[in-house]
Amino acid sequence: MRPSDLPLISDVEASLLATHFGRRALLGAGAAATGVLAMPLSALAQAAPGAPGAAEITVDQARTAPIPIVIPVLGGDAGQLVSSVISGDLGNCGLFAPINGALPVGVPDFGTYKSLGARALVSGTATTGAGGLRVEFRLWDVLTGQQIQGTAYTAGAGDARKIAHIIADVIYERLLGEKGYFNSRIAYIARSGPRAHQITRLAIMDQDGANSHYLSGGQWLTLTPRFSPVSDQLAFMSYANNRPRVYVLNLATGRQQLLGDFDGISFAPRFAPDGHTVIMSVTRGGGSDIYSVDLASRGKRQLTSSGAIDTSPCYSPDGSQIVFNSDRGGTPQLYIMSAGGGGAKRISYGNGIYGSPVWSPRGDLIAFTRIANGSFSLGVMAPDGTGERILTQGFTVDTATFCPNGRVLAFCRQTAAGAGGAGFSSSIGTIDITGFHERSIPAAGMASDPAWSPLNG
Amino acid sequence: MRLKLLGALGMAVFLAACSDDTNKGATTGTGAAAQSTGVTPGSEADLVANVGDRVFFELNKNNLSSEAQATLDRQAAWLAKYPQVTVQLAGNCDDRGTEEYNIALGERRANAARDYLVAKGVAASRITTISYGKDRPTATGDNEEAWAQNRNSITSVR
Repeated sequence: MRPSDLPLISDVEASLLATHFGRRALLGAGAAATGVLAMPLSALAQAAPGAPGAAEITVDQARTAPIPIVIPVLGGDAGQLVSSVISGDLGNCGLFAPINGALPVGVPDFGTYKSLGARALVSGTATTGAGGLRVEFRLWDVLTGQQIQGTAYTAGAGDARKIAHIIADVIYERLLGEKGYFNSRIAYIARSGPRAHQITRLAIMDQDGANSHYLSGGQWLTLTPRFSPVSDQLAFMSYANNRPRVYVLNLATGRQQLLGDFDGISFAPRFAPDGHTVIMSVTRGGGSDIYSVDLASRGKRQLTSSGAIDTSPCYSPDGSQIVFNSDRGGTPQLYIMSAGGGGAKRISYGNGIYGSPVWSPRGDLIAFTRIANGSFSLGVMAPDGTGERILTQGFTVDTATFCPNGRVLAFCRQTAAGAGGAGFSSSIGTIDITGFHERSIPAAGMASDPAWSPLNG
Repeated sequence: MRLKLLGALGMAVFLAACSDDTNKGATTGTGAAAQSTGVTPGSEADLVANVGDRVFFELNKNNLSSEAQATLDRQAAWLAKYPQVTVQLAGNCDDRGTEEYNIALGERRANAARDYLVAKGVAASRITTISYGKDRPTATGDNEEAWAQNRNSITSVR
C-alpha cells in the first residue's frame, strides 16, 4: 500500500471513533474518498444491550497473566487474513494469549469458551465484494456473555490488514483501558552489502513487519528517520551530494526538502510534539550545537552553545523540556534543559557513558543507551534520573523508539563482526518497558534506526 | 616508462571511479609512509603511498598523538608542494558509541586534523571535513585492533 493510499477514518458516529481513534483521525475525516467507515453493529438480541464490558484487567496484570482470548478464523473470503493479523498483534504484544476456536454462529456458547479458560471472544466476518471490504466484528465478554463491542468496517479491498490492526487496537483498548498501538508503522533504515560500505535506504513497514518497502534509493548514506507526531512526514539525515544534512520527506506526496541552512553537518533530527518545529544537532568546530528549525518559516534558533558535543535532542511530550546527550562534563551523559535552551541539568549517573535519549509519550520515562565495559544496554529512567532500569543488553543496542502508547520500545540490535565482517547482523527488536517480552520484528534483511509512527499514522 | 605511466593512469581511473559516498583509499591507505614510485605526484595514490593518508585516535578521544602529528606534518609539506590540491578530511569512529554521538565525534576528529594542518600553513579554504560516524569502518572485524583502525581521520584528494 502506498502511503498516499492510506485511508483515513471517516465516520458516521463521532463519539465512537473519538474514543477509539483520537483527534487526528477525525480531522482527516471526509478527506479520504476510499476511507475506512466504521458503523456500530447492534447487539444481538440475546445479549444484554449496552454492555459496558471492558477494562477490568490492567496492563500490569496482563503481563503476568496474558488475557486468554478466542480468535477463530472469521467467516468470509478475507476472514483468514483478518483473524491472523488480529491474533498476531495481540499475541505479539505479550498481553494476550490467543486461542484458536470454532467460529461461533449467532450468540456464542459461552460455557464452552469458559471451560477453555477464555476471557474474551471475537466473532465476525470479513468479505470482499464489489463495494470493497466489509468486516463485521464483535467482541464478547465470555464471563458475562455480553457483547462488549460490535462494529462494521467498510474499506478498500486491499485494506484487510489495516482493518485488522484497527480491530486489534479496539480489543486492546476495551479490555485493558488504554489505547493500543497496532495500527501504526515503523520507519527504519534498510541495510545491505558489505560491512565496510553498507547500502542504506530509508524504508517503512507496518509495526508487525508487513508491507515493508523502500522510500529512497541506496546512493547515499541515510540515517535516523523520525516521524512527525501530527502529520505524514519523516525527518531524517542524508549524505546526499556528500553533504550530510537533515531533510524532511512528505510521505503522501513523496516531496523531500532540505531543512535548515547550516555550514556544519546537521543530524539527529526530532519533531516537536506539535509538529511545527524540528530540533537537530549542527557541528561547529569540534563540537555540535542544538538548534530548532521552524518547518513553515525555516527560521532557526540556537538552543545550546557549550562548545562540547550536544546531540540527540528529544522533547518531552508536553514540549516544555528537551533531553539531550552531551560530553560537556567530559564524557557523554544525558542532560535535560528547558525547551528554549538553558538550565541544563545532568540526569545520568550510572556506570559508563550514555546516549540516544528518547522521551516516552507518557512523559514518565526516558529511554537511553548505556555503554559500559564495551557492552551496550538499553534502559529507562525517570526524567529526574531516578529509577534507572536496564531492559536488555547486547554487543550493540541503540536508537530506541517508543510505540504510540509508550508501553513498548523498538530498537536496533547489532551483533559483532568477525574477520571480513562475517557475523555482523543488524535487526529491529521490541521490548516491553518493564523488560518483558523481547522479540524481533521480521523485517526484510538487515535493518536499523527504527522510528515508530503515531497511532493511525 | 610507458608502462609506469599506464599504471599510474589505471590507478587514477580506479580512484575516480569510487563513489563520493566513501572513504577514498579506505582499503589501501596506511598511516605509515613508505617511499613508492609509479604514482602521479600530487595524486591521491601519491598521498596514500608516500605521505600517509590517515591518523588514528584513542577511544572517545580526538587528541593527536606524536605519530599522528608526524603524519600530518608530512601531509602539510605535501600540500605545500602541490598548492592546487584540495582535500577532504573524513572522521570515523569505532562502533563502540551511539550512532548520533559518533557522527559528532568523527567530525571532531576531522576537525582536529584540519586545525593542525591549518596551523602548519595549509589554507583553510583547501580543506573540507566530513564525518561518517561509525558507518564506514575500514576494518570490518569487531576487536581492539579493528576498532583502533576505525578511529581515524582520512585525508583524500578532492
